[in-house]
Amino acid sequence: MTTASAVAPPPSRESRERVVIRFAGDSGDGMQVTGSQFTLETALAGNDLATFPDFPAEIRAPAGTTFGVSAFQIHFGANDVLTAGDELDALVAMNPAALTMNVDDLRRGGTLVVDTAAFTERNLSKAGYAANPLEDGSLADYRLLKVDITRLTEEAVKAFDITSRDAHRCRNMWALGLMLWMFDRERQATVDWLTKKFAAKPAIAAANVAALHAGHAFGETAELPSQLGAYTVPPAPVAPGRYRAVSGTEALAWGLIAGLKAAGLERMVFASYPITPASPILHTLAALKSYGVITFQAEDEIAAICAAIGASYAGTLGVTSSSGPGIALKTEGLGLAIATELPLVVIDSQRAGPSTGMPTKTEQSDLFQAVLGRNADAPLPVLAAATPADCFAVAIEAVRLATTYMTPVMLLSDESVANASEPWLLPDVAQLPRFPVRFRTDPAGFHPFSRDPKTLARVWARPGTAHLEHRIGGLERSYDTGHISYEPDNHERMTKVRAAKIAGIAQDIPLQTVALGEDRGALAVVGWGSTYGAVQQAVREVREEGRAVSHIHLRHLAPMPRNLGELLRGFEQVLVPELNNGQLVHLLRAAYLVPAEGLNQITGKPFKVSTVAAAIRERS
Amino acid sequence: MTATLPPPARAPLSPKDYASDQEVRWCPGCGDYAILKAVQKTLAEVGARPEQTVFVSGIGCSSRFPYYLATYGFHTIHGRAPAIATGVKLANPDLDVWVITGDGDGLSIGGNHLLHVLRRNVDVQILLFNNEIYGLTKGQYSPTSRPGTKSPSTPGGSLDHPVSPCAFALGAGARFVARSIDTLQAHQVDVLKRAHAHRGASFVELFQNCVVYNDGVFDDFTAKAVAADMQLPVVHGQPLLFGPGGEGRRGLRLLPGKLELEVVTIGEGGITAADVLVHDETNRTLANLLVALAPSRFPMAIGVLYCDPAPSYEREVHQQAAAAGPPGSLHDLLQKGNTWTV
Repeated sequence: MTTASAVAPPPSRESRERVVIRFAGDSGDGMQVTGSQFTLETALAGNDLATFPDFPAEIRAPAGTTFGVSAFQIHFGANDVLTAGDELDALVAMNPAALTMNVDDLRRGGTLVVDTAAFTERNLSKAGYAANPLEDGSLADYRLLKVDITRLTEEAVKAFDITSRDAHRCRNMWALGLMLWMFDRERQATVDWLTKKFAAKPAIAAANVAALHAGHAFGETAELPSQLGAYTVPPAPVAPGRYRAVSGTEALAWGLIAGLKAAGLERMVFASYPITPASPILHTLAALKSYGVITFQAEDEIAAICAAIGASYAGTLGVTSSSGPGIALKTEGLGLAIATELPLVVIDSQRAGPSTGMPTKTEQSDLFQAVLGRNADAPLPVLAAATPADCFAVAIEAVRLATTYMTPVMLLSDESVANASEPWLLPDVAQLPRFPVRFRTDPAGFHPFSRDPKTLARVWARPGTAHLEHRIGGLERSYDTGHISYEPDNHERMTKVRAAKIAGIAQDIPLQTVALGEDRGALAVVGWGSTYGAVQQAVREVREEGRAVSHIHLRHLAPMPRNLGELLRGFEQVLVPELNNGQLVHLLRAAYLVPAEGLNQITGKPFKVSTVAAAIRERS
Repeated sequence: MTATLPPPARAPLSPKDYASDQEVRWCPGCGDYAILKAVQKTLAEVGARPEQTVFVSGIGCSSRFPYYLATYGFHTIHGRAPAIATGVKLANPDLDVWVITGDGDGLSIGGNHLLHVLRRNVDVQILLFNNEIYGLTKGQYSPTSRPGTKSPSTPGGSLDHPVSPCAFALGAGARFVARSIDTLQAHQVDVLKRAHAHRGASFVELFQNCVVYNDGVFDDFTAKAVAADMQLPVVHGQPLLFGPGGEGRRGLRLLPGKLELEVVTIGEGGITAADVLVHDETNRTLANLLVALAPSRFPMAIGVLYCDPAPSYEREVHQQAAAAGPPGSLHDLLQKGNTWTV
């Protein structure tokens, strides 16, 4: 039966299990905002997702240059998504530089959307193209969609009283609109966001909204080459409850507040000095002053940790945050906090180094610094966050250990976990752990280094408490009185007590479990921190091939869980993937004498699942 | 009608009640002993509550100070006391915080923190013991040592130019700058009481004689024979006079036609008491002129050189936090913004 119709049927949408797309453009093109809004609409559509923002250190590098390219990648799917994806199904390239820097990650047959207006001779030459790739057939492997986004945007916004510069800046919303149509997402949350963001400039808000709708309408009405198609990605089957998209930075900030409340403390003093990529934590907490947070932008990294130490001494929760080079500057302060046994949370958002290195690129190379990097015998607990949402729980755990054991705690995050985001099932606040602090108030038998016999934590007596006036400092102190002591045996005793206190934390943390697989077998893949997703997905894939491989992922890096040695000895081989030149592998070999070997990548980029999976296959 | 109840009364304390049970370990004859005594007397006279009082120090001879006081005390790391004290005040603005530092601790390794605690105007009293030498590390020259100072690290004499602590403080934006001398017990107590009463950062330079490594370095204005002639104790609203009383008393006036001070003698060349400049401690320009005076051409100005209060940093921080709204719940924080239900 045939039916004649004057109206073309709506394009039938092809259903996809999972999709990886990337927006790439100049650092001034608003690609991070575009990606974030696509993420939000995707989260609201019920997909699981993982993101990877990738931007240059230069704030506004010269337009059109390859080193000024900023990109945002999102992987979303109808079942659980663990990484930002190995290769792209779709790439939006706003100019030739964005194309040349990203096209190699696009899979053959993938969709490539370009703004033809940006492919001028000048821009082509800046990107190093001798000929226009849109015309010379070099992109024949991809489904190329050439659109004059610039002109279409200008047309869409011409009704509004805005400058041509502002009109040009609406291009990203046009591109977003098209991609939202292509993958069957809503637009309302973005409209709301634009309206709020440009509340003071209604014409700009309206122009951006118009560009967004125009991009969407282009998809709906234009006669797109049929093979480009339109897709839909069904919602992921997830546990029922209320969700939101959360970045590692947000989860960390909220986790610190949750920890503050769990400890029953009224106030946190968060002292920090601006550094990439740690600054967003300061920005996030600075806007949360009604939650007991005082933020302090110190004059340098040293002042930041010292102010946090002063705040802890005065009976609040001192927190400081930085990245590797800044943590190095804080080292002497860490020694003081260890010696005076004051609670402190130190967040290290790791980046590629040494020295300035590659500030906006990710790495896991501060593990040695966190665990070992101090003068003298100066142990402290070290934790690492595996995913953006995991930052929440790890921050609470850091506050618990700091206040329960009167010690600085190092929390390792990194550039990718801090900036990435994922859907998060909101926890029931009433069910969160509680570990109320008990300040010392009783003068009977008081001295400042009297200890809890179980935890070995010293008492916390805050200034303002009558009859507990006391002096502490960096000089070694007597175990029995807290007064200055140069007694040789006392120093040895105090060193051992400080070490035993931290080692004892192993009795107060969960036994190490296996994240996937059996607790013994041919090969254990041991990860820590932000490599969780890539390792988990890789182990999943090789297990489907029938290989006896398990994934173990460490949250507690010092002290390590008390059963870890026994667990590792249950495997014939141990593979340790890390984004560094081999650090955890060294600690594991030293601690447990296991034949662990490293899988190391030091490119400033997260692992691809395929890289980890290939290394596993070589060994199983 | 009920008023706010005063804090629970402790019996009035005497200076010795502020001494801890620790044995003082400075060299015999060190100027630090006299400063300790003056501080204890000041605490007694202002009625300081030991539980509300915190002494924070860095590293160096002066920085042992907190151990000898029966208040709260924190002996920290080299140069960082101002930063730690800032954290203490941010955590609890009601604490009465003193920072004890020296010329090396405060102006060399800790110069940056001193700059910022002053410009922020954190409500702490900063006592900088200036002995123009590194004592605890055995006698190297310091950033306040005069050019040509011979020391283990400068056997041929130091070459670099010294920093003037009070000029530094004024340059950093300090709102209270004062000076005294270790041997002037009563003067020190007056200056310290003023520093304590000042809201915001108060900076006090104390000339302190190191008997071991730099003995007599301040003799040009502290030795008994020259003290009266070479010390100018400034008092707000009083003429800038010094030297013996009566005929021949000397004073300072502005050199006509120049932005400079000159020493004049009353009764000479038609100079009368009316020609002498009157001290105005709220005048920053005058303060800058006074801190630059140095022997032998001029006397050393001591006392409260500058005092012009402004709101303190930690109070404003807490006001801003209070203005952010009533305490929020974690539940509401997590539910804010875009959420969805499955």
